[in-house]
Amino acid sequence: MEPVIRIRGLRTQFGDQVVHENLDLDVRQGEILGIVGGSGTGKSVLLRTIIGLNHPAAGTIEVFGQNLAEVSPAERLAVEQRWGVLFQDGALFSSLTVAQNIEVPMKEHLGMPARLRDEIAALKIAMVGLPPEAGSKYPSELSGGMRKRAGLARSLALDPDLIFLDEPTAGLDPIGAANFDQLIRRLADNLGLTVFMVTHDLDSLNAICDRIAVLAEKHVMVVGPMVEMLRHEHPWLREYFHGPRARAARPQAQERAQEIGNEMEVKLNGD
Amino acid sequence: MTEGWVKVEAGGGEELLLQVGGIWDARNVTRLDPQLRGLGPAANITLDLSQLERLDTAGAWLLFRTLKEYRNRGGRAEVTGLTTSIEAMLEQVAANDTPAEIEPPRPNALRAMVEDVGGGAVDVVIEAKQQIAFLGLLLETLARSIRHPSRLRLVPLVHHMEQVGFNALPIVGLISFLIGVVLAYQGATQLQRFGAEIFVVNLIAVSVLREIAILLTAIVVAGRSGSAFTAEIGSMVVNEEVDAMRTLGLDPMEVLVLPRVLALVITLPLLAFFADMMGLFGGMLMCWGALDISPALFLERLQDAVSPWSFWVGIIKAPFFAFLIAMVGCLEGLRVTRSAESVGQQTTRSVVTSIFLVIVVDALFSIFFATVGV
Repeated sequence: MEPVIRIRGLRTQFGDQVVHENLDLDVRQGEILGIVGGSGTGKSVLLRTIIGLNHPAAGTIEVFGQNLAEVSPAERLAVEQRWGVLFQDGALFSSLTVAQNIEVPMKEHLGMPARLRDEIAALKIAMVGLPPEAGSKYPSELSGGMRKRAGLARSLALDPDLIFLDEPTAGLDPIGAANFDQLIRRLADNLGLTVFMVTHDLDSLNAICDRIAVLAEKHVMVVGPMVEMLRHEHPWLREYFHGPRARAARPQAQERAQEIGNEMEVKLNGD
Repeated sequence: MTEGWVKVEAGGGEELLLQVGGIWDARNVTRLDPQLRGLGPAANITLDLSQLERLDTAGAWLLFRTLKEYRNRGGRAEVTGLTTSIEAMLEQVAANDTPAEIEPPRPNALRAMVEDVGGGAVDVVIEAKQQIAFLGLLLETLARSIRHPSRLRLVPLVHHMEQVGFNALPIVGLISFLIGVVLAYQGATQLQRFGAEIFVVNLIAVSVLREIAILLTAIVVAGRSGSAFTAEIGSMVVNEEVDAMRTLGLDPMEVLVLPRVLALVITLPLLAFFADMMGLFGGMLMCWGALDISPALFLERLQDAVSPWSFWVGIIKAPFFAFLIAMVGCLEGLRVTRSAESVGQQTTRSVVTSIFLVIVVDALFSIFFATVGV
């Protein structure tokens, strides 16, 4: 199947500072892809480049099979309506209530009547697990976790096929982060979403990502499921996935690796 | 793939059969929504979804809402032609069917107006109290610094003097020059009718020196530097830098406020002097060009027209204005709460308040100088 996002030979730079060089990446239909990498390796820059907030110096980015650098503004808008973006702190419009924030894209792009907008906004609010009274609150009246949920609801306003999440669990307490992880997994499964997620949270990577892409040395060094990351010999990967903080998150993944190993053994023996 | 559509296949009397097909997604629901509202008086409904190609939550909501409406009326609502994915989507929507609040309740308009007026009045009193308290704090800090001059921070003082004084020279000079030109031109056309063109020199000299140069300078500086003080200190408050200072035993009054206030108190009189000169220069050029009053004659008339007091009346006001502008700028900066919007609000407030206070104090000075007779 054609990948949802296909990046080839991407170079991004700010002045003389090259952030990505010859970066290739595919995001498959329906998967949750986690992007990890050390600070300053350009994870967020990559996200911003794909959604068109930065301009690449070289290379091509195709989303839904269309090269965004070459399409007309109208085609671009059509693609943009098929994705949703959750920024780090929600990036809600502070002068609008949560419900009005969710209604912005519906009003702007689809010209929906007010009554239908209100109904659909209420639906999205419930879907991201916010209480009904949160709809009439202003972003400044919400906690960080609620702001993220509201931001997620806005990114889902047009029922996108693809969502971008920039550090969705950063700044949440462990319980809130775990709940948010489950929310993303559930929404992705129920709505058939493809998720592109920048994260530092080993628990999220473990719990919900289908594949992980590691950014290092200016390109995507490895892509694969968690078990592959654990086997990889690169020193940075070893430190990242086997360090003291990883140890707490790891057992689950190791168990899974073990299971897969067992299954393979069973199959081999069976043959 | 075809756009979403719905066909009413009227059954017999009580029964309604709807054919639903095509793509039912967010892009189609605006068109489909009116067709599903008010379908008619039938008691029972059957939705045939067998030709549905794609369904997302927005489309599923429309279907679910229609079914719910008939069920709530006590009728029968049935669905045929379900696939598992469509059923899952409908279940997803049904599970999240909770009406939410959209806007906070609006209070009664009259009540809101009365509340606004009252709140505004209370705010004025609170702000006045804060300004007086801040003035006291500032004078105390100043007194402490005079007793221990070593605690005065020289480098920031000089930095702010450059920012608010030296860098303001071009704009203050240009504005004063142009005002001199305008005054000479307007004055001359009026005075020519009486054959008294020569008195245009008196007009320019007295108005520029006593009022216009200093007032304009103060207003420009309030807009330029008062706002900068608020924004600088305000963004430090947002960044928790001011809190960090306090925990490190540094007094923000001493580190942030005093150098700014002193810098403006020192440089505003100098700027006012520069504005005086540029205003007179502009007037002189205009007199020469338009009225044939030579610079020599202009200077001679100037000496007759103005006493030293005309000049001092303007300059004396400068440090007072400077103190007000800097004080309001710093106070509003420290009143920023920890959000980025509040920096913008306080900056606007700082400029409006300081210009207002400058003009009030200017009026008080006029009364004072008239009473003492200079």
